[in-house]
Amino acid sequence: MDAMLLHRIHFAFTVIYHYLFPQLTMGLALLIVVLKTIAIRHKDERYNQAARFWGKIFAINFLLGVVTGIPMEFQFGTNWSQFARTTGGVIGQPLAMEGVFSFFLESAFLGLFLFGEKRLSPWKHWGAAFLVFVGSWISGFFIIVTNAWMQHPVAYAVLPNGGYEVTSFWGLLSNPWALLEYAHNMSGAVVTAAFVMCSVGAFYVLENRFPEQGKIFLRVGVVAGVISCAAQIFPTGDLHGRYLAKHQPAAVAAMEGLFSSRQGAPIVLIGQPNEEQQSIDNPIVVNDVLSFLIYGTTKAEVKGLDEFPRDQWPAPLPLLFYSYHIMAGLGTYFVLIMVIAAFLLWRGKLFQTRWVLWPLLLSFPLPYIANTAGWMTAEIGRQPWMVYGLIRTSDGYSKYVTASTSLFTLLGFMGIYTVTSILFIVLVYRIIDKGPAIGERLDGSKSLPTLA
Amino acid sequence: MGFIWFWLVAIMLVAYVVLDGFDIGVGILHPFLAHNEQERQLMLRSIGPVWDGNEVWLLAGGGTLYFAFPPLYASAFSGFYLALMIVLWLLIGRGASIELRMQINIGVWKSFFDGLFFFSSAVLAIFYGAALANVIRGVPLHQDGYFFLPLWTNWRIGPQPGILDWYTVIGGVVALVALAEHGALYLAVKTEAALQERSRTMAHRLWVLLLLLTIVSLPASIVVRADTLANYRAYPIAFLVPAAVVLALLGMLQFSRKGADGKAFACSCVYLTVMLVGAALGLYPRLLPSTTGSQYDITIDKSLSGPHTLHVGLIWWAFGMCLALLYFIIVYRTFRGKVSLEGGGYGH
Repeated sequence: MDAMLLHRIHFAFTVIYHYLFPQLTMGLALLIVVLKTIAIRHKDERYNQAARFWGKIFAINFLLGVVTGIPMEFQFGTNWSQFARTTGGVIGQPLAMEGVFSFFLESAFLGLFLFGEKRLSPWKHWGAAFLVFVGSWISGFFIIVTNAWMQHPVAYAVLPNGGYEVTSFWGLLSNPWALLEYAHNMSGAVVTAAFVMCSVGAFYVLENRFPEQGKIFLRVGVVAGVISCAAQIFPTGDLHGRYLAKHQPAAVAAMEGLFSSRQGAPIVLIGQPNEEQQSIDNPIVVNDVLSFLIYGTTKAEVKGLDEFPRDQWPAPLPLLFYSYHIMAGLGTYFVLIMVIAAFLLWRGKLFQTRWVLWPLLLSFPLPYIANTAGWMTAEIGRQPWMVYGLIRTSDGYSKYVTASTSLFTLLGFMGIYTVTSILFIVLVYRIIDKGPAIGERLDGSKSLPTLA
Repeated sequence: MGFIWFWLVAIMLVAYVVLDGFDIGVGILHPFLAHNEQERQLMLRSIGPVWDGNEVWLLAGGGTLYFAFPPLYASAFSGFYLALMIVLWLLIGRGASIELRMQINIGVWKSFFDGLFFFSSAVLAIFYGAALANVIRGVPLHQDGYFFLPLWTNWRIGPQPGILDWYTVIGGVVALVALAEHGALYLAVKTEAALQERSRTMAHRLWVLLLLLTIVSLPASIVVRADTLANYRAYPIAFLVPAAVVLALLGMLQFSRKGADGKAFACSCVYLTVMLVGAALGLYPRLLPSTTGSQYDITIDKSLSGPHTLHVGLIWWAFGMCLALLYFIIVYRTFRGKVSLEGGGYGH
């Protein structure tokens, strides 16, 4: 078997599985801060209960994010050692900073948030939750800086030994690509958390169990959802897309299935790219829209794949095309459902409108799929480059780790992650089934109900 | 610059061993010291709020190693591929066992995670010790700066060794006993009554073993790699380090006998620190020696990052470490004192 392909699958599998957890961690951390803020400002104990309930789910989710995340940092060295050797001077920096600035913060204050409610005053406990949120969002930033440098290398120089070095620290951190990618990614994390919160809320309301809590979850989830889903498309997705078109035109052509350059380029809503025929099978297209989305005018010319040599086409091309379309399609659905839900919430009818509660109940897996598809778009779109324009993926992997060894450990991860998936689902289901207990703290002690 | 970053990375890895070391030690002792459910919970509670933060030192240290010495990171991580993957799996199992045990109140569920907690902690300790021994012994580096080690070959030390041979196994056993001792002394600080007594007794028994192993490991290292002593001969002041090892060992036993558990635990921290510093002194300025000829040694000079990277790194590193220190003070202050079961089950 092909060693490079196995190393790619090894990283893809472990990183896709890993990111199922941090996206909820980052989004939920923000929503827990919102819940705790409302609880303190309105002296409403129900919101503290809600925060505790989500804190329990957060704890399990955070744990799995941590244990599946450690392999990610190691894999740069284990499976991609050629890449690590030459680029460590650049991307080792944000990775080390993530550990120093984010993980210490998160781990310290997560302990205080989970175990310290009895020992801390309400504002201090709020502070612990807030710092966990800050830590997780800083962590996201440094990872995005790392990825953005691979997508769009800036502020670097080549050393005599062939390695890369940072020439401007701020240039690296303020890579325009990183800022756009960060905004898009973090709003995507909030989308996941909002849908998960709405789903549990809809479950409680439809089932008429803990309906008071269910309504709180729906209120907070829908408001966060409508804001983040809209931000996901405009401005973050829109700006990111235009920047991508400028700097990775081959990726955009492949994402859109545009095989030849043309003015008034169409957008393909659905279809199957056919690499042999260089066309789209069974397409539904809308003319001029792609030109308009990228350049703001329907007549502009968009570069097609024919402008690029075959060895610079992203591969596998169909997977890129589908990933992008799944992301964009789901993103459109998210706006639709959240706008309807927000409108009904505003009119005070959401909790009785079953035809909206049902999709909210069932939609929670979709943001996970959309976030994964978005990342696949970014990562496959960058191919065949590992660092765009500088290092090819085929030059990056560990030459001394054989395909068979990589497969061995890939199977090991698959086995372990199957078990962790089962544990996660069982444990989170138990928490949801048990529901938010009244007057119970995260550390298990009883709190006195606040007198309203 | 190379000198500074060598020791900064060393400090972070020492912090990792000293801090995560005691919670690994608690895991190793978990089946032997706790006699009932209450005591098992107490042991877990003693590390519950801190183990994750302790483990961050591994990540932060690994990241710092990556950015300061990229070729070393690339070579070592791909060369020790199999062992590292097993370490990752053990870390996953250990994290899960600590946090998931109390989620469901069923006997077999808890017993399963107790077993996993013990197994992953003990094997991790052995792997860490073996890893350090591998670095001291050296690896068969190729001309391009890479190598790939099988898990084991014939258990002997030659130009083509495996990750496990008689010397690295000794290293693993030293680490196992040292971290168990460390954990026992930590538990004596954090617990009361019968559990505390048992922890002390265990610490005293393990101490004898640790003394013997420490005495064995020193000549073994010199047999395996004679030039380990080169720096010591050049700078005789370095012999203070082995002297500190002896003093720390004696202190552990003396203080623990007197019931001064805090001081005994501090001595154990010193013991682990000076053992590692001693190894680092033996290595410097090499980072990973070669068994195929010293011209292939990975040295500081050969693998240092660019100057701008390292200068800027010093600034944020110092700043970040001050913050990390602050967090650790806050956390350890909040959870100071004896651990108790008051306030319901651990965690939830």
